[in-house]
Amino acid sequence: MTRRPLRDYLLGFWSVAALVYLFIPIAVVIAFSFNDPAGRFNLEWSGFTLEHWKHPFAVEGLGTAFKNSLLIAAISTTLAVTLGTFMALALVRYRFVGRGPTDFFVFLPLATPEVVLGAALLGLFITMGLATGFATIVIAHTMFNVSYVVVTIKARLQGMDTHLEDAAADLGANEWTAFRKVTFPLIAPGIAAAGLLAFALSVDDFVITNFTAGQTSTFPLFIYGAARQGVPPQVNVLATMLLVGVLGLMALNVLAQRRRARAEGAAVVPARAMVQPGLAQ
Amino acid sequence: MGLRRRRIVTPYLLLLPGLAWLVVFFLLPALNQLYVSLQTGNFEIGYRFDWNWSTYSDAISKYDEQFVRSLRYAGAATLLTFVISFPLAYFIAFKAGRFKNLMLLLIILPFFTSYLMRTVAWQTILADHSFVAERLRDVGLLGEDGRLLATTKAVIAGITYNFLPFMALPLYVALEKIDRRLIEAATDLYASRWQAFWRVTMPLALPGIFAGTLLTFIPAVGDFINAQILGTSRQYMIGNVIQSKFLVVTDYPAAAALSFLLMAALLLAVFAYARALGARNLEEAVV
Repeated sequence: MTRRPLRDYLLGFWSVAALVYLFIPIAVVIAFSFNDPAGRFNLEWSGFTLEHWKHPFAVEGLGTAFKNSLLIAAISTTLAVTLGTFMALALVRYRFVGRGPTDFFVFLPLATPEVVLGAALLGLFITMGLATGFATIVIAHTMFNVSYVVVTIKARLQGMDTHLEDAAADLGANEWTAFRKVTFPLIAPGIAAAGLLAFALSVDDFVITNFTAGQTSTFPLFIYGAARQGVPPQVNVLATMLLVGVLGLMALNVLAQRRRARAEGAAVVPARAMVQPGLAQ
Repeated sequence: MGLRRRRIVTPYLLLLPGLAWLVVFFLLPALNQLYVSLQTGNFEIGYRFDWNWSTYSDAISKYDEQFVRSLRYAGAATLLTFVISFPLAYFIAFKAGRFKNLMLLLIILPFFTSYLMRTVAWQTILADHSFVAERLRDVGLLGEDGRLLATTKAVIAGITYNFLPFMALPLYVALEKIDRRLIEAATDLYASRWQAFWRVTMPLALPGIFAGTLLTFIPAVGDFINAQILGTSRQYMIGNVIQSKFLVVTDYPAAAALSFLLMAALLLAVFAYARALGARNLEEAVV
């Protein structure tokens, strides 16, 4: 009888230690946004300041890069969520010739390392004589995000009661009306979670962007370039803002779901939706 | 009749735009890699397609070291993420109670902080004059050169850190799904807790282990950020070679050959692994 609590205690201790390990670098990123570095390198703690929070764009090029990242993420997320939702619907709701292979094909980009995806795309753009820049980044981000969106929304659709759609059809709704009035409201939280995931992946993508960016700068590309001469604390400020922003949106999605007060374990859904993220890192 | 026909074409219409996007920007580039890799020439004089298979033998003989190193680092990191996150996932699924959602949130938190910034943060933590490095040196835990940063250990630790959630979350999902009554049934039938764990819990957690190892191992093999920021050229992996061949020295055929090889090798490995673990369908295991 006395052995059980001890084992649980050890498990708990291990788990907390693992979570602390996960959190340490994030804490460092946040803490160093308040640092007042003595030299160019923001590596040693030398005093508290709010200066960088007051002027987050005081570094040349950072503002443009950040704006580009948000814009690219917004466009590619919209595209990927639209394309991906249709695909997920087709793959879960219909039986048709070629369904299995399509399923597998959509999953393949997630099972390919980012460096391969990026290099292959750049190769294609070179072969086609297409200049790389803003548009090619959007194309690339949409490509990897479609797969994430499909996988996330499929998971949501699979747990859904199809009788509701049948009922709508029995009551005379056509396919489009049934989708609009029944299916869409039910999968909306899943779509929101998928969109959030796609947005976060796009804003943070370095590897594929590095291959497809040409002269265009994004937030991760800026960090990479700065890493050699020392990352300015303003970057920490923006990274912290992004973290808080995405967490806030996630909380809103969960709250909206709770309000609907449907389906058991609603709070687990956003976490589950995150199970597949970022083969793309 | 009209409605029936519409239902037959509907899935294809729904698939078409997304599928077209993936064919043009995923499948076509992959095949184009093969085409580019068989060309000869250089950036100045241009490239010509002439079935130049020697790109492949050159690539393998020249960069076998980086290939093997990538597999070794990724393997070590995958093993470490499993060892660290299995107890964590088990605790969250079975014991965490009201802290469950908070703990899950903490696991996905790294996804919302910049990957590069987290790696740069590790650079800060492991740097030669950092608190951690000096304490470890005090107790004599560091090797003769007394460094933490720019070592193999740092690179593997960085990869382990960055891909830990990809292991922890699928493990959690698989463990969470297990019907508790099956474990109770095992103990009712006089299995010890240990036997119940090995004979019931572990086999049922297998899909999660499968998904977690794939989701960790595949991106880890192709990673080059950790080697670049936390290591030196002695720790460079195949990803470093591909990116510098493509973006710095513009040796496109060699870069394309290396990246095609990497993709092909990983696909084969995934199929073999799926077969070995008896997964009916790759995706099923991951979702």
